[in-house]
Amino acid sequence: METRRDFLRTTLITTAAASVSEAARAAPARIPSTDRMGILVDTTACVGCRSCEAACKRAHDYPNEPTADNSTIPARRRPGHDSLTVVNEYPGPERPPRPTYVKVQCMHCDFPGCESACIVGAISKKESGPVLWDGDKCIGCRYCMVACPFQIPSFEYEKALKPEIEKCDFCIRRIDDGNVPACVEVCPMEALAYGRRASLIEVAREKIRNNPDRYNDHIYGEFEAGGTSWMYLAKAEFKELEFPELGRDPMPGTSESIQHGIFAYFVPPVSLYALLGGLMWITKKRKEAEEMAE
Amino acid sequence: MNASPRPTPLSTKFFTPGVMILTLLALNGVAVAVARLLFGIGAVTNLSDQYPWGLWIGVDVAAGVALAAGGFTSAALGHVMNREDYHAIVRPALLTAMLGYTFVALAVVIDIGRWYYIWHPLVMWNGNSALFEVGLCVMIYMTVLYIEFLPIVTERFVGRVRLKGVFSFINRPLDTLLRILDRLLDKTIFLFIIAGVVLSTLHQSSLGTLMIIAGPKMHPLWQTPILPLLFLLSAVAVGFPMIIFESLIASRSFGLKPEMAVLSRLGRMVGPLLGIYLGFKIGDMFIRETFVYLADPTTESVMFVLEVLLGVVIPLRMFLSPSVLRSPLWLFVASSLVILGVLLNRINNFIIAYTPPYASVVYYPSIGEISVTVGFISLLILAYRFLTRIFPIVSVPQKSPAPTTKYAIRGSFQ
Repeated sequence: METRRDFLRTTLITTAAASVSEAARAAPARIPSTDRMGILVDTTACVGCRSCEAACKRAHDYPNEPTADNSTIPARRRPGHDSLTVVNEYPGPERPPRPTYVKVQCMHCDFPGCESACIVGAISKKESGPVLWDGDKCIGCRYCMVACPFQIPSFEYEKALKPEIEKCDFCIRRIDDGNVPACVEVCPMEALAYGRRASLIEVAREKIRNNPDRYNDHIYGEFEAGGTSWMYLAKAEFKELEFPELGRDPMPGTSESIQHGIFAYFVPPVSLYALLGGLMWITKKRKEAEEMAE
Repeated sequence: MNASPRPTPLSTKFFTPGVMILTLLALNGVAVAVARLLFGIGAVTNLSDQYPWGLWIGVDVAAGVALAAGGFTSAALGHVMNREDYHAIVRPALLTAMLGYTFVALAVVIDIGRWYYIWHPLVMWNGNSALFEVGLCVMIYMTVLYIEFLPIVTERFVGRVRLKGVFSFINRPLDTLLRILDRLLDKTIFLFIIAGVVLSTLHQSSLGTLMIIAGPKMHPLWQTPILPLLFLLSAVAVGFPMIIFESLIASRSFGLKPEMAVLSRLGRMVGPLLGIYLGFKIGDMFIRETFVYLADPTTESVMFVLEVLLGVVIPLRMFLSPSVLRSPLWLFVASSLVILGVLLNRINNFIIAYTPPYASVVYYPSIGEISVTVGFISLLILAYRFLTRIFPIVSVPQKSPAPTTKYAIRGSFQ
């Protein structure tokens, strides 16, 4: 079992490296590449050791290490500007209860609401999967936070200058160097698998098929909000693990079609302008005619 | 003809007890705004990762833009429809809109984390973002409003630029500049007036598109794909009540007779406009079957009922009554209700309806946030009072025959 998993992981990493370099050549930005990468989280394998939290902080030069005791785990923490990922504990369905641990971070949506919302285009979905924030553009309006269905982006409210939007960056620097994300690398239970998103879905399906007692037949993130790069397997219903119940439509769908409808090649605004101009001309002529008659 | 009211700079006393209170409120607000710039947003607000937008976006920006809608509705009526009889209200509405948008821009500067990057949307575009559309439209419209105001400046100061002392040498060039501007705008102002109306319809509706992307985080009573239409219709409906409200306050404050003839006629249009808005709002509720949420007495359902009943249904009935239209007091009450309704609607859309999936606190605006909002509104009223003493804005009945110089009356598109 272990060897097969190792083999799988190596294959996935190799395809990862290949597809990242391929993605660098870039196709249209709004169509996600079929070779885009993802991460599959198997919550049934996670033991809540929180090594991923520590690794994430090290990889992003965050000062504080998580405390050794796990007393904070049931507190349902949220990722924030002290930690880009957190692990929360949920009581399991078994008797006696065996807890489920859920790692929380940016889901890296395929059609991100935050990217569509950002007023200056500071957030972008890379062909290869990651959703990244550009601090040179961001004006700090926090509309990305309004748009995110997973309540992920965090803002540095205490900073007067250069407050940042902080969220998981898929360890983009490590990936560019040919490594895997820090959390994936460190996980002792191999609860996290990094690879081509399409392959991960196949892996997840197989896991569910082979262990129907272990998994709930649902890959969270396969379709939610149009699909996400991070996907989850669990025994319990995802609702019980506090995953938001989202439909299959991408978050930006409705707002973008309205936006593009109002501005379709500037025809509606220009027509309105012409209409009002015509109205103004007609009413002026009529008024002049009335004045002449008097 | 000479006895008819004409826009004139007012000469009433500036400092009254009311002005003193407004000055104190304004200073308090400015102090908190400075503290926010020095110590960050977290130092003065209750905003958090759960509630990224609060009072400043909901009231100062969203409600502020809606309540400044009198500017474009009166321009459409007075200039596009060429209704000369409404010209008395065009200038006060223009000044209100100009100041209103200026304070919206100020509120945005205070609210965004990196205020020194406020120019970024001008060069970094994201056509998918409703906020980008709102931001760009508001910036352009604000410029248009200032241009629309220029003829009032030239009317007041052409031939009357008399700077004293060291500045006296620029009197002549300044006067020449004003004359050139005057001649340019005389022929082109109509282009800007139409642009102002178009830009307003665009961003008033796009403000409604803003919250659509929040999807399930927004309560179904408000989350609807026709939000942009509802925002536009409510902005159009609140335009005239806002003008009536201001005009009645201004005439009382400046000791003038209320312009009931114009105001009643404006009021007559409010009923149908509110009716259209209400029709779409209720229709949307029945199509999406969201009335089921009204059965539970939650904050959301109570606020929704308040907004619709107090802010739309009751004033709608009032504006349809001829006796209300004739009475300054009842007209004032009815207009105030419409304004309250739109204010509640924007607060509901941006604050009450917004429920983050992992909420652990309930957002309530901090003293600091309220201080800035109240302070900025006070500052706006003070600026209005100050500018009406300098420029010919408010129409005053003329005792002596009006002087018939070239620059005496400047309407538009003549």
